[in-house]
Amino acid sequence: MNSEFTKLFELIISASLINNFVFTRFLGLCIFFGVSKKMETAVGMSITFTAVMMISAALSWIVYTKVMIPLEITFLEIIVFIGIIAGLVQASDTIMRKVSPGLYYKLGIYLALISTNCIILAVPLVNAGEKYTFIQSLAFGLGSGLGFALALIIMASIREKLELADVPVAFKGLPMAFVITGLIALAFTGFSGLITL
Amino acid sequence: MSSISTINLKDLFLNGIIKENTIFKLALSLCPSIAVTNNLKNGIFMGLAVLFVQTMVNITISLMRKVIQPKVRLPIFMLVISGWVTITQMLMAAFVPDVYAKVGLYIALIVAFASILARAEMFASKNSIIPSMVDGLGMGAGFLFALTVISFFRELVGKGTLTVPTGLSTQHVFTFINTKPVLIMVLPAGGFLAVGILMAFFNWIDVRYMKKAAHASH
Repeated sequence: MNSEFTKLFELIISASLINNFVFTRFLGLCIFFGVSKKMETAVGMSITFTAVMMISAALSWIVYTKVMIPLEITFLEIIVFIGIIAGLVQASDTIMRKVSPGLYYKLGIYLALISTNCIILAVPLVNAGEKYTFIQSLAFGLGSGLGFALALIIMASIREKLELADVPVAFKGLPMAFVITGLIALAFTGFSGLITL
Repeated sequence: MSSISTINLKDLFLNGIIKENTIFKLALSLCPSIAVTNNLKNGIFMGLAVLFVQTMVNITISLMRKVIQPKVRLPIFMLVISGWVTITQMLMAAFVPDVYAKVGLYIALIVAFASILARAEMFASKNSIIPSMVDGLGMGAGFLFALTVISFFRELVGKGTLTVPTGLSTQHVFTFINTKPVLIMVLPAGGFLAVGILMAFFNWIDVRYMKKAAHASH
């Protein structure tokens, strides 16, 4: 029991810090560069993102192990997972609008963006590839979500300051954001080897 | 529809490569541009995969455009895209297993490319098959071009070599720099730096060109 718990903890740490999706696997970059201009949007996106990530990891694990493996249709994983995610996003959009309109006005726009995010699709694919158990899948989803949140918040706080900085004309905007991300990624390589799974 | 047939196909093709280059101009579908570009060969094969998917999706959507109900068009587009991605994934696993082992996850994630869905929605669902095909080829070629440039730059600076594919399973490694290369360029962090620098370079050309054009018009 104890070692299982340690394994889960290691999984969360490795997914969020060592194999951070943004800095070492380069996923979700469109959203990462798109919503990291302001702190407020970055925080909203992070919360929505982590929640959707965990739910979709759980749902796709159930469908994958209970339906797709018995039927031997695992080669359809891309189509099925993207369907699950699109359905989930649409459903949570509708439910949130009815149940809590206040929350919907704050986080609704991020929900629509999420279905085009590749991390959301990558988590179920990695879970299926690594044959994680249900709890491990959830932990991997949580860790990835936290890692993405961390990346977004670091980036947003830097970019808010960057607005006032005097950068060469050609580097204004995205190119500068890329260079900064490169530097943060360099710092994140320091985490590698922290835990060996 | 008649106005569309008069669109110059060559301009349509070049639009995807230069004016609306997915990576350098629109800044979309960035993930693979950094993930697979530390080696020229991987970059080229990833670009080819995207070129194939983009063209086939455009052709399929264009063929189906009169049957698709507008209300359910997005799920149908997603289905078509993921179908073609699955085909590409299987083809690559069969014919180029060594590349597939490295870029497999990113091939699967072509499904989530905003640029492919955007072209299907904005172009292929409204135009006939030949313009759609040319548009797909152009956008795909632009992506291939961007990936080739980035991976060329990164491998040359980072390792001092260039891995050029000479066939499906053969390759030739050219060595240019024998002294210590700039290792950071092939590391994950270097990918961001390389794309940032290249983007700035293209911006710089743009700014200079526009200045010249402005001078000429005076």
